Amino acid sequence: MSQINRIDGGQIDRTQTLKFNFNAKTYTGHPGDTLASALLANGVRLMGRSFKYHRPRGPLTAGSEEPNALVELRGGARAEPNTRATTIELYNGLWARSQNHLGPLGLDVMAVNDLFSDFLSAGFYYKTFMWPAAFWEKLYEPVIRRAAGLGALSGKADPDTYDKGYLHCDLLVIGAGPSGLMAARTAARAGAQVILTDEDFRMGGRLNSETLEIGEQTGADWAADTVAELAAQPNVRLMPRTTSIGAFDHGIYGAVERVSDHLHRPEDGKPRQILWRIYTRQTILCAGATERPIAFRNNDRPGIMLGSAVRSYVNRFGAAPARQIAVFTNSDDGHKTAQDLHAKGIRVAGVIDIRKDAPRSDAYDVFAGSKVTDSKGRLGLRRIEVERADGTRHWIDCGALAVSGGWNPNVHLTCHQRGRPQWNESLAAFVPGGVLPPGLSVAGAANGVMSTAGALRSGAAAACTALSLKAMPDLPEAEDAPLSITPFWHVAGKGRAWLDQQNDVTVKDVKLSHQEGYRSVEHLKRYTTLGMATDQGKTSNVGGLAILAELAGKSIPDVGTTIFRPPYTPTAIGVFAGRSRGKAFKPTRKTPSHIWAEEQGAVFVEAGNWLRAQWFPRAGETHWRQSVDREVQATRGSVGVCDVTTLGKIDVQGSDAAAFLNKVYCNGFAKLPVGRTRYGLMLREDGIAMDDGTAARLAEDHFVVTTTTANAVSVYRHMEFVRQCLFPDMDVQLISTTESWAQFAVAGPNARKVLQKIVDPSCDISNDAFPFMACAEITLCGGLRGRLFRISFSGELAYEIAVPTRYGDALIRRIMEVGAPYDITPYGTEALGVMRIEKGHAAGNELNGTTTALNLGLGRMVSQTKDSIGTVLSRREGLNAPDALRQVGLRPLDPKDKVPAGAHLMAATGPVDAAHDQGYVTSACYSPTLGHHIALAFLKNGAERLGETLRLVSPLTGVETHVEVVSPHFFDPQGDRLRA
Amino acid sequence: MIINHPLLGPRDASEFTYLGDAALIDRPDPDTATAARDFYEYQYLRDNPAGTLRELWYHEAGDRAWLVVTRNTLTHEITHVELARDVARKAGRST
Repeated sequence: MSQINRIDGGQIDRTQTLKFNFNAKTYTGHPGDTLASALLANGVRLMGRSFKYHRPRGPLTAGSEEPNALVELRGGARAEPNTRATTIELYNGLWARSQNHLGPLGLDVMAVNDLFSDFLSAGFYYKTFMWPAAFWEKLYEPVIRRAAGLGALSGKADPDTYDKGYLHCDLLVIGAGPSGLMAARTAARAGAQVILTDEDFRMGGRLNSETLEIGEQTGADWAADTVAELAAQPNVRLMPRTTSIGAFDHGIYGAVERVSDHLHRPEDGKPRQILWRIYTRQTILCAGATERPIAFRNNDRPGIMLGSAVRSYVNRFGAAPARQIAVFTNSDDGHKTAQDLHAKGIRVAGVIDIRKDAPRSDAYDVFAGSKVTDSKGRLGLRRIEVERADGTRHWIDCGALAVSGGWNPNVHLTCHQRGRPQWNESLAAFVPGGVLPPGLSVAGAANGVMSTAGALRSGAAAACTALSLKAMPDLPEAEDAPLSITPFWHVAGKGRAWLDQQNDVTVKDVKLSHQEGYRSVEHLKRYTTLGMATDQGKTSNVGGLAILAELAGKSIPDVGTTIFRPPYTPTAIGVFAGRSRGKAFKPTRKTPSHIWAEEQGAVFVEAGNWLRAQWFPRAGETHWRQSVDREVQATRGSVGVCDVTTLGKIDVQGSDAAAFLNKVYCNGFAKLPVGRTRYGLMLREDGIAMDDGTAARLAEDHFVVTTTTANAVSVYRHMEFVRQCLFPDMDVQLISTTESWAQFAVAGPNARKVLQKIVDPSCDISNDAFPFMACAEITLCGGLRGRLFRISFSGELAYEIAVPTRYGDALIRRIMEVGAPYDITPYGTEALGVMRIEKGHAAGNELNGTTTALNLGLGRMVSQTKDSIGTVLSRREGLNAPDALRQVGLRPLDPKDKVPAGAHLMAATGPVDAAHDQGYVTSACYSPTLGHHIALAFLKNGAERLGETLRLVSPLTGVETHVEVVSPHFFDPQGDRLRA
Repeated sequence: MIINHPLLGPRDASEFTYLGDAALIDRPDPDTATAARDFYEYQYLRDNPAGTLRELWYHEAGDRAWLVVTRNTLTHEITHVELARDVARKAGRST
């Protein structure tokens, strides 16, 4: 099909023809077109279906405020739903399709909703989906979910990249219309660092769409020359295709640059979009204004548009929405549309002006004191009904109607920090009001300055004020006519007159809302969903407020307005995520033995950001339990080795180091001798256990503290808080050394024999010289400095040996080599967990943020002879009740039974409910050492209940098992093995 | 937001971790007869003013300094930034 509605002129490049595809048909357009303008040039007005009633819809606007012409752009993994055809820059090979219809766009089966519109009026969901409750899950929710939203996501991973960037400037100018260009030019000539953003791909704003003059030039030429001047300045950064989405604190603005959306595919190495964070001293908002429609019966047909949109299509894009166009207006704006159409040779079917004193014309009919009362045309406008001043009605044929109801300044960013727009009577519109974001001023139409000369003047003045410039620049001549408007919001009468076309909200819905008591603007919005669609009511909010005010017999300022939040226009989640997705969502930390563990075929598990070996399967092992059981038995039987680098390590130095640890640990450290290690329990100030670990005293003034893997960061933060905020003059320094040392646990009866082949002979690690809980700085492998701690999580004779991280890989290989005669076995986190449960050691499952030292069976550790964080509040009555939870062990009466973690304990007989809850299982495993399942649990008054039989229930998994309460120290309770 | 670090100059808020009311510096004396009550109030009772609040921020992705930031909770305006350590010293916590 040829471009039947293409007309002369405009800022499109006719030397190139672009092919594109819409709803499986191929069309042509030119560079400089939007998808909407190209479709109109091809005679296509119908571009989508409305949300609720599936009414046929075409574009209402020519910009980002568009409520109707939403399409799915690009297919496959790059598909992007709900994209406004009015902002999509045309490129060769563009593919798009309409949304929200079953069957072809012209014959939507769901349009049946339109016939039942009386049932779907405001508050429909609230009234209908109330009962019975059982209908929710099976009926209502699926129906709503299917009907909700217009487009659909592809469900595939987005193949493109999105970036984030940071920019700094003296002055940010948002919007490159006459005021923005003038502000940027003034600032640029003064030498300031300027950033100018504009959401359009062509800067100039309305200057590109109007037939007005600036100086001796057309507005569009003046804009192009000014942009060229700015582009040549090194202190100016022009950012077209960039939407400033929000005004944030302290002069930080968010802006989304669409780098590649106008290309078939992003160029190699280029992102699709960039989220810029712009730090600026001063900002001038020159966002212009958005025209608003007048509501009348059936005012939503394809072809009925805003007057400003018709002028954009005709003047800027050389695309006529139709060959015969009527105008409906309440101001001189409509006459501007008619003059432009007439000049382009498009037949003006009539200008319907609600004002009795409307200006006359010799070129076309003007109906003064008249209004449009109805329209016809199933899939596109064919004729309108006009009611004359004398009350007579007749039909006029036209393919498009240009509606001008006045202009709403784009105040959105002024509201982002609680600014509240104020009503301006002479404009019949809201203008920026209240407290604006610090450093932000508003110029041009966004500030209610509606003439071109006024826009140029206010842009220059705002730049002078922002940069403290003394002299105003010379300004070119431009039209300076005052705006004359007679507020008029809707044509009263029967039938449905549309306000919010995207959410299908009509004048009747607003009336219903008022009638049913939803009379504040916030209630109106939520009851009718007015302004809650993706366009956020840019063309509909003020009309809705005006009708509400009319019904309430109040003025519009008395009714008030809702305000706006970021983002200014819909923004893809992908650009907020940037590169932080998939593997790059967070860093992956690998242990020093990772490569070696991979070579052994280890299965890894995420522990915080770390990857740790979970177990090391061997040939023939078909189930993880086989591997884990073997690792436990090999360690307890001879010797095992495990990478424990991930535990947090904090170096504590200074003459007050011991006194400091006395504050952060609830147990005492002052008397710990040099060369000894002690288990330490840290409490929060509220008396709840925070973390546990060991502190090794390497010197009078030097400790090495370990934390659990998960809490390494938060414990370090807490210790810095205690040091700086609570005891600011203690002589103590902290530094995290987690990454500096590779550390391995070597555990089992043969651990010493293995380590004696690692540690240099000058270091005596015999039981007498280096007993349980000893620590020392040593040398190993012939002079390498390292550290040795005789600590045990497994309950075996065990050591942890640390070397500088870069030797970690070499050390694990050496340990495996010298341990080979003892069948040394690497073990992972699962075996580590089994062995600690067998020993009754608490870990993250037990230190779960709700438990006290008393709960953990460590109550006596809390020193009552010194002050430490958490001591005072740990004494609270409620935490020390006689039936407080205590850590116990559980053994199933039937050795074949499992004891699932998370299961709850109930009396052996009696009801199973929350009121009779006795406690819960925190950790559970199969113990290969004992030959049955075991668990650690918290049980009310558990320490006094050893030997009792209880029921373990897990209603979720259908478990009900009888268990015996036993000591949590299942294995070697006297600790003979670890002292061997 | 931008926090003007007393040693490092203006830094983006994303480098910091937030804790809360700077009253947490005023940890009560544990050795008085009213310690239980004092610690309860210290731990659980906080003012939540619509206006100026002194609060603790930690420069976790920076120099690890705890800062006392005076911020207006309505406007987010930051009027004063001090090293928490200096505040603690002034509050007599040196002993």
